Amino acid sequence: MTITDAPRIVSRRLGKPRSWTLESYLADGGYQAVRAALAMTPEQIHDWVNTANILGRGGAGFEAGRKWGMLRPAQPVYLTVNGDESEPATFKDHALIEGDPHQIIEGSLICAYAIGAAQVFLFVRGEFPLGIERLQSALNEAYAYGAVGDDIFGSGFSIDVVVHPGAGAYICGEETALLESLEGKRGYPRIKPPYFPAAIGLYGAPTIVNNVETMANLPWIMLHGGDEYAKLGEGRSKGTKLIALSGHVKRPGNYELEWAKCTFRDLIFDPRLGGGIRDDNELKVMIPGGASSPWLGPEHLDTALSNEAIAAAGSMAGSGSIIPMDHTTCVVRAAWRIVRFFHRESCGQCTPCREGGGWLEKILERIESGQGRESDLDLLMDVCDNISPGVAWPPAQTTICVLGPSMPPAVAAGIRMFRDEYLDHIRQGRCPFPPDRLPRRLVHA
Amino acid sequence: MPRLNPGNLQRARDLIALYPEPRSALIPILHVLQEQDGHLTEEGMVHVAELLGLASAEVRGTASFYDMFHFEPVGKYLVAVCTNIACMLQGAYRLLEHAEERLGVAPGGTTGDGLFTLEDAECLALCGNAPCVTVNWRFFGDVDEDRFDELVDDLRSGRLDGEVPPHGTLSRVDRAVGLQVGGGEPGATGEPEPRRALVGVAADGSHADVAPSHAHPDLATHRSTPATASMDAGHLDGHP
Repeated sequence: MTITDAPRIVSRRLGKPRSWTLESYLADGGYQAVRAALAMTPEQIHDWVNTANILGRGGAGFEAGRKWGMLRPAQPVYLTVNGDESEPATFKDHALIEGDPHQIIEGSLICAYAIGAAQVFLFVRGEFPLGIERLQSALNEAYAYGAVGDDIFGSGFSIDVVVHPGAGAYICGEETALLESLEGKRGYPRIKPPYFPAAIGLYGAPTIVNNVETMANLPWIMLHGGDEYAKLGEGRSKGTKLIALSGHVKRPGNYELEWAKCTFRDLIFDPRLGGGIRDDNELKVMIPGGASSPWLGPEHLDTALSNEAIAAAGSMAGSGSIIPMDHTTCVVRAAWRIVRFFHRESCGQCTPCREGGGWLEKILERIESGQGRESDLDLLMDVCDNISPGVAWPPAQTTICVLGPSMPPAVAAGIRMFRDEYLDHIRQGRCPFPPDRLPRRLVHA
Repeated sequence: MPRLNPGNLQRARDLIALYPEPRSALIPILHVLQEQDGHLTEEGMVHVAELLGLASAEVRGTASFYDMFHFEPVGKYLVAVCTNIACMLQGAYRLLEHAEERLGVAPGGTTGDGLFTLEDAECLALCGNAPCVTVNWRFFGDVDEDRFDELVDDLRSGRLDGEVPPHGTLSRVDRAVGLQVGGGEPGATGEPEPRRALVGVAADGSHADVAPSHAHPDLATHRSTPATASMDAGHLDGHP
């Protein structure tokens, strides 16, 4: 496996001076792709996106073209772009929104034309005020330039785009919760079926919800063709993927890589990418696809970074955020922090998630602070089993959405892979790791 | 100023005009209200309910779901220390403890002078520059204890006033035009006046930069690493 010289599709302009301005975007050929798209039929664009086989970049990895094809034939149709990025350790959309907002607008226009949308909503996480300012500025510029609004570039196609801020709720990244929030309600995920907003979405109308990075790929596909895009990557994993690398590496950051061509080892150790584990420590374990994904040990370093390969290893590519942890990491504490997050962010509709999350957090806190019992390991697995029967992967669920089932993987992986470390906490009556990295509040809990 | 002032009332009406259903404007309007008063007041929420034809309980019931909305006064600066997994792995809990000692408050608390409220935050999506801190959701990355102290000093002295507006201000850029498609009548008040748009656009569509006092926030010039650096550093140097 190798790091290829594939083009950077979504991130090539990031880091350029004032990359977020129209002036800069036009200097790099901006808004040529939407002009090309408007000269095509919506069906042709849909064909190209199907050929490109672009998987949705939000985390679920569903084919964007297939999603578009599921639209219920009714009017109006809405496009909602999901920029509510909140998955722990995922920071790719944040970079795209702040660094290249015109690219997102252009991609959204292409999608809106292809699906015949009546209006576009760009839903941006409320905690990204700079991103909201840059996206709104870009949109103001795009209106004045004639790229958005009435009769775009004289094509006869007209569409309005609205930047919509969120207000702080992880769950609104779930597409039906996002739509509830966009309707001005609490961000409660909707009961399924219907499974897809393409059938019943915003205000009950057929709606496409696509991730920011998915939209950012569309201008390139319009300029180069779906078949060129499909030449990149392997299998279902086509094109490039923006990988958010954090944790114990020397060079954390966002890296856009051809999908399915390099491995975890390349990403973590190549001097042009992660540059190795900090202090040349030993790699203990990796979280491969966002906080909700099952952990993978160093034996999976040679697994390819692709949707299928990571799934075959028993986890998921998810949002594309990868967190390597070194041997100084306490897995109980890591699991506790992840569970605490999901518990805090539970919307509270479903008992297994709302209550189970609190149980898991408290039991892990007890173990970490030296008050655990050996029976706690079974108790943890039992609570996990109530949230996600079988504690298997992909997870079963007893809840409306997958937030609840996102808790067990970190707990179950820790117990399965590092049972002795859990038992050490219990038998020694304290966390065996150096106190200098301990949350003091937790130790004295 | 419990109800929306005339300028903000106009902003609220402009927001309502952007959506097929007025209620969709609720959260954007609540941000305007929070910008006006620093938190959401009861009278303000009653006013918003009147505008949208909702019961005030529906407004409060919706607002209370969202972490960014506050119902009691908070400090001028909401200092959020991320402690989620990526930041925790880089010492975020030590940083949080330092922040508590430096500010003399626990998470959720506000300093006696009303300047700072401390929060223990969930992932803020700046994980390439962990640990990170936001002040009123403006980003500061790679924050160690010294940089935290420097940040607090800079906020106190007003050196960061250009980058960090008081708590509640979400976007300093408003939409410059109303909807152009589909007539969009309900609640519409005609073309909204551009209000404080930071990026001016000349009539010929060319890009025009803006008055220095409203300079586009190129992010913190504070020594802590700006948010977008995470992306810059993430590029393959001399892409192979």
